[in-house]
Amino acid sequence: MPQEKLYATPQAAVADIQNGSTILVAGFAGYGFAEGLLAALLEVGSNDLTLIYRAGPYAEVESGSLPAVENLVSNGQVSKLISPMPYEPGSGGVIEQQWQAGQLDIEIVPQGVLVERLRAGGAGIGGVFLPTAVGTRFETGKERRNFSDGEAVLELPLKADYAFIRVAAADTLGNAIYQGSSRNWAPIMAMAARVTIAEADRIVEPGELDPEAIISPGIFVNRIVAAR
Amino acid sequence: MVEGKERLPREVVAMRVAKELPDGGFVNLGLGIPTLVSNFIPEGGVVFYHSESGVLNCGPLAEEEEQDIDLINAGGQFLQRVPGMAFFSTVDGFAMIRGGHVDVTVLGAHQVSATGDLANWMLPERGVGNIGGAMDLAAGAKQVIVAMEHTDRQDGAKIVQECTYPITGKGCVSLIVTDLAVMQPTPDGLVLREVAPGWTMEEVQELTAATLIPAPDLKEYEL
Repeated sequence: MPQEKLYATPQAAVADIQNGSTILVAGFAGYGFAEGLLAALLEVGSNDLTLIYRAGPYAEVESGSLPAVENLVSNGQVSKLISPMPYEPGSGGVIEQQWQAGQLDIEIVPQGVLVERLRAGGAGIGGVFLPTAVGTRFETGKERRNFSDGEAVLELPLKADYAFIRVAAADTLGNAIYQGSSRNWAPIMAMAARVTIAEADRIVEPGELDPEAIISPGIFVNRIVAAR
Repeated sequence: MVEGKERLPREVVAMRVAKELPDGGFVNLGLGIPTLVSNFIPEGGVVFYHSESGVLNCGPLAEEEEQDIDLINAGGQFLQRVPGMAFFSTVDGFAMIRGGHVDVTVLGAHQVSATGDLANWMLPERGVGNIGGAMDLAAGAKQVIVAMEHTDRQDGAKIVQECTYPITGKGCVSLIVTDLAVMQPTPDGLVLREVAPGWTMEEVQELTAATLIPAPDLKEYEL
């Protein structure tokens, strides 16, 4: 019997997340987040979390409530953010407040470096030489080498305990497809986590998705929960 | 006397940059004035826009009633679905950038140096900064054009001999287009190619902290 991947609720899917865990949060510019999983994590209350994500929405969402990642920060559950753009400078949001108060650690990583580090982590690659940081403050402490295409610096792999991804559809084996621009970080993050949890708009039986169209093969997806 | 003297509108800066885009090329536009560039592609020309959100061949922005949360650009704005679009993951999106497949990127800047160093991700007095994909674009795009206001709001120079803010990329900028001038950073210094109508080279120099070297064919801003 294959391992059962379907979870009845987002709360059940995140219930075992320990304090101090590192979580990859897929999404881009406020869209494509696994909102149900993030909300469930708020209820479960795990803390001292490190979140790795591209960027949330900076402002309050329409309902007047905070967006999901900011909610976790606001609730004191996050000790560190790793992101290319963690908050809008001068926005006065909760991330900026906690960073200024010394309650939240922030590590800025250039976007293309972050994604290649995650790819290296997920693909078992020992490190990658990238030209991005050459000559900038992001080069500090890293090995530099001269290649035929120019200078590049060594970037180390990055892995995490969990990844929260949103998918357009998944079959019960975890094979997943995406919709439009919401694919972006999810396939890479799915590879780089020990446990990847997919919040699926649609869950189907094996055979219903075209194998040619699968973007994240089920080997990368450990848990599936229905999006509300 | 340059104080209060009229400068070119942002749309004209965008129009001037649009002239630089290769027909049929792949282009990535940053936020601010660069975003406006897409409105001014010469008639009959085609440019394919790349977005870090994971979309190639971005079309126009969507009308309010057809907004789709699964179809956004790098600024989080909603896009129309157009024929020829392709979606991809972030790792592929940055392979396109870093691998030299993107022909031109147009970016804003806090500072640009005479030799083409770019600083556009951090104002130290304002906290941690936002690097986004700018550093990868600066390192990987075949050509980096900066489109910006010539000075900050207090007439402070943004075009400088050496950047004092943390840099995004070293010697990466090939052209600077502002509301006063078109300039070309070179290893030997900053060459002034075009000047806005009604402005002299001396007046532009007053607002520029790098020494301007007049091009042999220095001319008026050409649209």
